[in-house]
Amino acid sequence: MEPLAILRGPAAPLMRDNIDTDAIIPSREMTRVGKTGLGVSLFANWRYTEDRQEREEFVLNCTAYRRAKILLAGENFGCGSSREGAVWALVDFGIRAIIAPSFGGIFRANCIRNRLLPVVLDLEIVARLARQMDLSAGRADIVIDLTASTVTDVDGHSYPFHISPLQREMLLEGLDSIGVAMRLMAEIDAFHDGLRERQPWLFASKG
Amino acid sequence: MAPSPRTVLDKLWEAHIVADLGDGINLVHIDRVFLHERSGAVALQSLKAAGLSLRRPQLAFATIDHIVDTDPGRGDRTRFAGGEEFIRAMRTGAADFGITFFDINDPRQGITHVVAAEQGIAQPGATMVCGDSHTCTLGGLGALAWGIGSTGIEQALATQTVEERRPKAMRIRCDGHLAEGVFAKDLVLSLIGRYGASGGAGFAIEFAGSAITALPVEARMTLCNMAIEFAAFTGIVAPDDSTYQYLAGRPYAPKAVLWDQAVAHWRALASDDGAVFERELACDVTGLVPQVTWGTSPQHVVGIDGVVPDPRQTPDASQARGMEAALRYMDLQPGTRMNSIPVEAAFIGSCTNARLSDLREAASVLRGRKVASGVKALCVPGSTAVKKAAESEGLDRVFKEAGFEWRESGCSLCFFVGGDSFGGARRVMSTTNRNFEGRQGPGVRSHLASPATVAASATLGRIGSASELEK
Repeated sequence: MEPLAILRGPAAPLMRDNIDTDAIIPSREMTRVGKTGLGVSLFANWRYTEDRQEREEFVLNCTAYRRAKILLAGENFGCGSSREGAVWALVDFGIRAIIAPSFGGIFRANCIRNRLLPVVLDLEIVARLARQMDLSAGRADIVIDLTASTVTDVDGHSYPFHISPLQREMLLEGLDSIGVAMRLMAEIDAFHDGLRERQPWLFASKG
Repeated sequence: MAPSPRTVLDKLWEAHIVADLGDGINLVHIDRVFLHERSGAVALQSLKAAGLSLRRPQLAFATIDHIVDTDPGRGDRTRFAGGEEFIRAMRTGAADFGITFFDINDPRQGITHVVAAEQGIAQPGATMVCGDSHTCTLGGLGALAWGIGSTGIEQALATQTVEERRPKAMRIRCDGHLAEGVFAKDLVLSLIGRYGASGGAGFAIEFAGSAITALPVEARMTLCNMAIEFAAFTGIVAPDDSTYQYLAGRPYAPKAVLWDQAVAHWRALASDDGAVFERELACDVTGLVPQVTWGTSPQHVVGIDGVVPDPRQTPDASQARGMEAALRYMDLQPGTRMNSIPVEAAFIGSCTNARLSDLREAASVLRGRKVASGVKALCVPGSTAVKKAAESEGLDRVFKEAGFEWRESGCSLCFFVGGDSFGGARRVMSTTNRNFEGRQGPGVRSHLASPATVAASATLGRIGSASELEK
């Protein structure tokens, strides 16, 4: 996977609120035990007709956005089911960042664990980016600089976004959260022993 | 100096912080991990591939619920072509890693969140994660429980921790009395309708007040179940005597001296007087009417005596667009009276509303009545134990005599995976939690409501409440 430090390109506008993970990947698309090959299933209900022909009006089927790395969306993107397949499908399709006013909490955590960058900006700004993309018919670029934590729009205006230093490091370095926790295993075990003393009933075997 | 007053969320969260990872993110100890074949099978496969083992296998539990069929006589083969692979991978993984496992034919099998409560696996004050967004259901027992993805499950199993941003605290205080025929489901739908499907984003929500204290524990689980539909991190009701009565004697609940110690600890978990919440909401539940959704988000909800709303009267443009798309999908016109809309199917099931008390409420509506002609009606008990208990009091006969199919326990009818749906029926009255496009089947239009309302609608052949039926 290429480094996430700077992303430049058109951003596909999908400006609906409450886009749920069932819409991002319908459950029936996840037919195997595994995490790979789900890009073709991304937004399947919106992207394809019932006989699996592309709907030309769907944004990711438009020539300008077929290889988009950035997605623009409304409030509460990724709400609903915890299915990590939603993130695996986005990443496999080629999406590296999503800009939205808010995200479903579980979806956001899944993004970080899979090096997909969730960027929170005010709705007004996301809507402005979407308008710029519409006006340019998808031929203009926006730039996300993760190191500086800024998004720069088509007109050159920059907007800062917040991401925790740890999560930024995880995204930049490809550090995984199991690895982060593993480094603290001694503390975790000590904590566990203390909790076992303070709340022994939590660890009693079935009586 | 006296310690500053704390919320129940402060108490639970702070008792589990292993390390501060900066910027409000904590490494949190996880007391219970629950797996199912859909996300659990992938997590175990991935752990195995990475050569990792379980840190505390005795704290991990698993069952088969998500894609197993609900037909009587079911086995590993599912109507959905890939289901068997998930089921077998879960079974093998549970055996390989030493996880306590409730298999398809085990009397303890069922929907994870129903099983975790009825087996006493989820407990007040405990942290619990599962690869399922409705894990928040267990907040109804006073647990701090939330859903995570498969990779999060891997971390919880390998390290007994996950990292999470500490949620902000919200309290929703509900006072007054629920009218007859109005339930926790109606209350939570009305809250989501009022504050929006993203209204709880970033918050853990404590439900409090006299109307909540009066709710039985199973109804509190219905309430907390839908905290995720409010975009909340989780929901919780502080434990009280009802909670202890519910838990006492359950298989994995503490026993003897440990039980007494536990109850003493749990009694101190309620929010202190003067504890500060980042957001406080209040509502009076008196006068609340049965609720039913008209659209494709749980926030698209009205009273059952109301009409389909008009997007043109909604000032927010983006919300109006969402409403228009929802009306197209639902094939409804603004101004239509909700209780005039014909339904083709009725579903009583899910982690929201398929516990014994839910089946009793539905059965009390169905007793001596028949499902309207042409309506496909299904009842899927929340667990095998719920099914057996219902059968021992004759509820299965009530459902069957009314024209309902009486199924085995599982989740598959709540989210379409390629197998079972409603046999061509489009418009479904449903006790589940999500009315998303296609959620219960391709083109299926789900209207969310309480078990009593769904049962009444099944007999009326249209959306309607139990109060419309002749006594």
